[in-house]
Amino acid sequence: MLALDRVGKTYPNRVHALSRFSAEIRPGEIVAIIGGSGCGKSTLLRAIAGLDRATSGTVTLDGATITAPHAKIGIIFQEPRLLPWLSVADNIGFGLSDLPADARREKVTRALARVGLADKANAWPRELSGGQAQRVAIARALVPQPEVLLLDEPFSALDAFTRRDLQDHLLDLWADTRPTLILVTHDVDEAVVLADRVLVMRPRPGRLFEEIAINLARPRDRNSLHFDNFKRRVLTALDRSLDRNVPDSEAAANAGEAMWW
Amino acid sequence: MTIEAPVLERPDAAVPSAASARLSRFARPALGLLLPVGLALGWELAVWLGYSNGRLVPPPTKVFATIVELAKSGELSRHIITTLSRVAAGFGLGVVAGTLLGAVSGYWGVARRLLDPTVQALRAIPSIAWVPLFILWLGIFETSKVALIAVGVFFPVYLGVMGAIHSVDRKIVEVGRIFRLSGPAMIRRILLPAMLPAYVVALRVGLGLGWMFVVAAEFMGASEGLGYLLIDGQQLGKPAQIVAAIVIFAILGKTTDWLIELATAPLLRWQDAFGRERGAA
Ligand SMILES: Nc1ncnc2c1ncn2[C@@H]1O[C@H](COP(=O)(O)OP(=O)(O)OP(=O)(O)O)[C@@H](O)[C@H]1O
Ligand SMILES: [Mg+2]
Repeated sequence: MLALDRVGKTYPNRVHALSRFSAEIRPGEIVAIIGGSGCGKSTLLRAIAGLDRATSGTVTLDGATITAPHAKIGIIFQEPRLLPWLSVADNIGFGLSDLPADARREKVTRALARVGLADKANAWPRELSGGQAQRVAIARALVPQPEVLLLDEPFSALDAFTRRDLQDHLLDLWADTRPTLILVTHDVDEAVVLADRVLVMRPRPGRLFEEIAINLARPRDRNSLHFDNFKRRVLTALDRSLDRNVPDSEAAANAGEAMWW
Repeated sequence: MTIEAPVLERPDAAVPSAASARLSRFARPALGLLLPVGLALGWELAVWLGYSNGRLVPPPTKVFATIVELAKSGELSRHIITTLSRVAAGFGLGVVAGTLLGAVSGYWGVARRLLDPTVQALRAIPSIAWVPLFILWLGIFETSKVALIAVGVFFPVYLGVMGAIHSVDRKIVEVGRIFRLSGPAMIRRILLPAMLPAYVVALRVGLGLGWMFVVAAEFMGASEGLGYLLIDGQQLGKPAQIVAAIVIFAILGKTTDWLIELATAPLLRWQDAFGRERGAA
């Protein structure tokens, strides 16, 4: 289980980006984090990934405190960040260098087929479309079989059609090994389609505002009434989170206070 | 231009315009040759028709004859080998020193703050100003010449390596961190490939300066080498010999540059810009 305990981050320039963020995330759960720009979503994700250290609080995975990148935690960024000097296949196999060559090749071939890019194995990253490149990035992150996969606005640079396609594809891949997914997004539709739970954050300092469970069976129909209801709930929470006149919700405030004092 | 490049690079790709691609492949360099060849022919003709006696500006045939004559006597290859080995030694030294110091300055902030101001100050000195000192220290013979060339090569390589390390994308370094690469693995798998294109450019600039400085070095009292041919031609009033040496300098400079390009091409195949460069060359 991934446990975030009062995680806080103050950058050296004294920006208080994240304040006492607590959450417990079950194995295999899909959690979406949504919130206005600058409310600390990327900061939180980078702390979980071990890329930047939190200035207070702890992140633990199955009891082990995360202070540096961890073998069982993968991340996908907004940009694919493929290594331009490696072929598509070598990019996917980048995290498998400990494996013998043929085992690696086999995994890579399977992953390539799984993301529908078998014919691109020997292509250079520059020869891929944006959507294809992001699929390679997903394959690269999934191929070492992480227990937790973090995604920071992974589809936000793509057009609406490709984005939907990749959302469905991500769910499909997720079903293979069911890693925990933590997905930062600006897209309410995306949050409701993918997540078991949506965490709404609010800024200055970044903190948890509201938590909405999405009790919808998968596969989810984007056009159903239920889907719309959940979308509306998330939207309302998002609006309220940005309204300075609305106080922090009871639950989140209480949880924080109780643990802090 | 941008559209043609991948076609040239990848014979396996579907090639709808193979004929036109092949045509432009030869047509483009041919176009570049038009001006110099035209000028040379024009001058040749002017001398032949008696509009000029061609004494100060020898016609191409005269230059060619001089080269043939020098080659026959075996003098040409002696001069070429001398100059080439000076450039090779100076270039080698300059590249090794520039790469090492550039890498140290680029990698460790402390080293940069310690080293870089001094190097930058030295760089501000016109390198030819070192000549008297080098001659005093190292004598008039090979050592001082090689040292001067090495100094010329050092700075662009040093700056290139340092800049290349600096400009490695932090986002790509993060990919290495996520996959928990150790320090050496990070250098080998991320930093080196990422900085290679800039390094090749630095090497080529360094080589260009090496050729520039070998001329300066050979002006300061050499008894062989292409630079000596230049001085000799001036003192004995043989413009054809001067032009011949210049032509050979051009050929050697271009060839060595092309060799670097050729040697590194397989390592840079991934680059977008490389295809464009080839297409335009
Ligand atoms: N490296 C940094 N140094 C200093 N301040 C930073 C740094 N990174 C982020 N911040 C600040 O921390 C706050 C939170 O930033 P963060 O990137 O986590 O927001 P975000 O929720 O991901 O925003 P967005 O939705 O726009 O991506 C912002 O005010 C930002 O200016
Ligand atoms: Mg962000």
